[in-house]
Amino acid sequence: MAEITYLAALTAALADEMRHDVRVVVIGEDVAEGGPFGATKGLVGEFGEGRVRDTPISESAVMGVSIGMALAGWRPVIEIMFIDFITLALDQLVNQAAKARYMSGGQLRVPLVVRTQGGAGMRSGAQHSQSLEAWLVHVPGLAVVMPSNAADAASLLRAAIRADDPVVIVENKALYNRRSEVGGEAAELGHARVRRPGRDVTIVATSRLVDESLSAAEALAADGIEVEVIDPCTLQPLDRDTIVASVSRTGRCVVAHEAVTAGGFGAEVAATIQEAAFDHLDAPIIRVGAPFAPVPVSPPLEDAFVPGATQIAAAVHALVGR
Amino acid sequence: MAGPAIAERPILAEGPGALLRTMWLIRAFEERVSQLVAASEVHGLVHLGIGQEAVAAGVSAALRTDDRVYSNHRAHGHFLARGSPPGRVMAELMGRDNGLCRGKGGSMHLVDVERGLLGATGVVGGTVPLAIGTALVAQAEGRGAIAVVYFGDGAAQAGHFLESLNLASLWRVPVLLVCENNGYAEFTPRSAHTRVERVADLAAAYGIEARVVDGNDVLAVAEAARDLAGRCRAGSGPALLECLTYRLRGHYEGDPAAYRDATELREWRERDPIARLQATGRLTAEDGSAAERDARAAVEAAVRFAREGSWPDPGEVVTDVHG
Repeated sequence: MAEITYLAALTAALADEMRHDVRVVVIGEDVAEGGPFGATKGLVGEFGEGRVRDTPISESAVMGVSIGMALAGWRPVIEIMFIDFITLALDQLVNQAAKARYMSGGQLRVPLVVRTQGGAGMRSGAQHSQSLEAWLVHVPGLAVVMPSNAADAASLLRAAIRADDPVVIVENKALYNRRSEVGGEAAELGHARVRRPGRDVTIVATSRLVDESLSAAEALAADGIEVEVIDPCTLQPLDRDTIVASVSRTGRCVVAHEAVTAGGFGAEVAATIQEAAFDHLDAPIIRVGAPFAPVPVSPPLEDAFVPGATQIAAAVHALVGR
Repeated sequence: MAGPAIAERPILAEGPGALLRTMWLIRAFEERVSQLVAASEVHGLVHLGIGQEAVAAGVSAALRTDDRVYSNHRAHGHFLARGSPPGRVMAELMGRDNGLCRGKGGSMHLVDVERGLLGATGVVGGTVPLAIGTALVAQAEGRGAIAVVYFGDGAAQAGHFLESLNLASLWRVPVLLVCENNGYAEFTPRSAHTRVERVADLAAAYGIEARVVDGNDVLAVAEAARDLAGRCRAGSGPALLECLTYRLRGHYEGDPAAYRDATELREWRERDPIARLQATGRLTAEDGSAAERDARAAVEAAVRFAREGSWPDPGEVVTDVHG
């Protein structure tokens, strides 16, 4: 298997799926040009402007157009350049895409994929750096995936395109140039992966914080603390069984994500664990996330905002009491 | 490539007699719904289009079976005019398992895929961009089918509506945008919300072919719709049909509509689309009374069908969500 970047993995998976199924189309701002990060670069040359459709800056209507395509049998992949702008398209996504199948009593399906990216660390400020995935996880009718590496970016995107219901893929801009080995298969949505096995503490981490957790795990191992790192991959539907089984063994858990902790996905994970494995818990569950503030620009401020391996390791130390 | 022969035929027979029967069906259906709302047999928010029947009847007469149609919150007429079985619409309003959407959609979210009706919506203007997307698919398929979307004048002040006009124009998609301009956005007259007199004026800014018709004159609506739909089918791009009409009831059932004065209401009652068609002299009084009698009988049969339907199993609350 070849080692390629997260971004190249996305592009290759899109191209493969478009070759595999003529109903797959790409739509969004600057997608023909390749977008600011280049995920769709080169596709227009192979597939033409009809299947790689550039749009004006009209997120709401373009989301609706994508839904209308899906209702007519196509499988659109819409790019929302920054998750910060999904605010403009949420009405269509939440009120139309997520509910069409249900409200129609199963007559309609919306095979729509929304690709977007979030995350801080690029000094881009409060309107280009957010982590808003928890909003989407709260909506019945949407699946939400957060690939943490190139291989998952490709396999989850393939699975999302083949799904008959709407899926939102929340990528992370800080991961785009990281490399890993990538195969050609579609993953199954709703399955967590154990990134590192361990007996002492379970860390449930999403997106960029998976690598941060693995770094923390290395350092903790030097201190004799063996952590297990679980990457849910799909936040909705959540693979509760894998998480609960792990915490039932370790008795301790840290939940780590880049979003602010208040009302975040970590709260859902913590609640799930205490409902299913309360008797196995030896300590309270600790959440690691961003402070409750917008994302600042100045380097020392943003560095203080973004959680990473240091905060995760500190949380583990606090849990094991050493 | 031409589509199957059946697709070339309009769903409804044309001509004033058919249009009259369609309008009577909608009128009788909605009058009965009003009673059933009062009797708590029909549930939730219900928006009636009594007085606006000519729009649904006229537009539907111009459509093919392979056209795809979107609706809004005042949806019953759009569905009945396109041939949705009144019993299944009524059962949906009554929350029964034999309703079009098995009780999960209700009045504002009707869907009838079999008849190409891909969705009504409770969000004003929410289906306009969907129609653009569906029209893009029709354009690529190249069989002359079009997408149609009904919306009110209130929708024209929403950002997604203007975004949609731009996209429709940019991509020259075969979409017929049907504005039912009834002069009110919920409880407020249009004049309090915009200085743009006609929705068609907005279309003009985007180079979209637009026409304004007397929306209570069903023959005028049908003729304009056929003409504009034909242009869409032929590849001339999008078109907008603005139908000037009036709802004789409040915004929703239970709205006392105190914001309208009696004179205005009386004037519009005199322009009732059913009476208007009768007054053309193209139909006899007997045609009219037979159409009314048949419509009321069909509606009573619809109510019986709905009442005989079972309630959905509570276990259905979590089916058809995702995956």
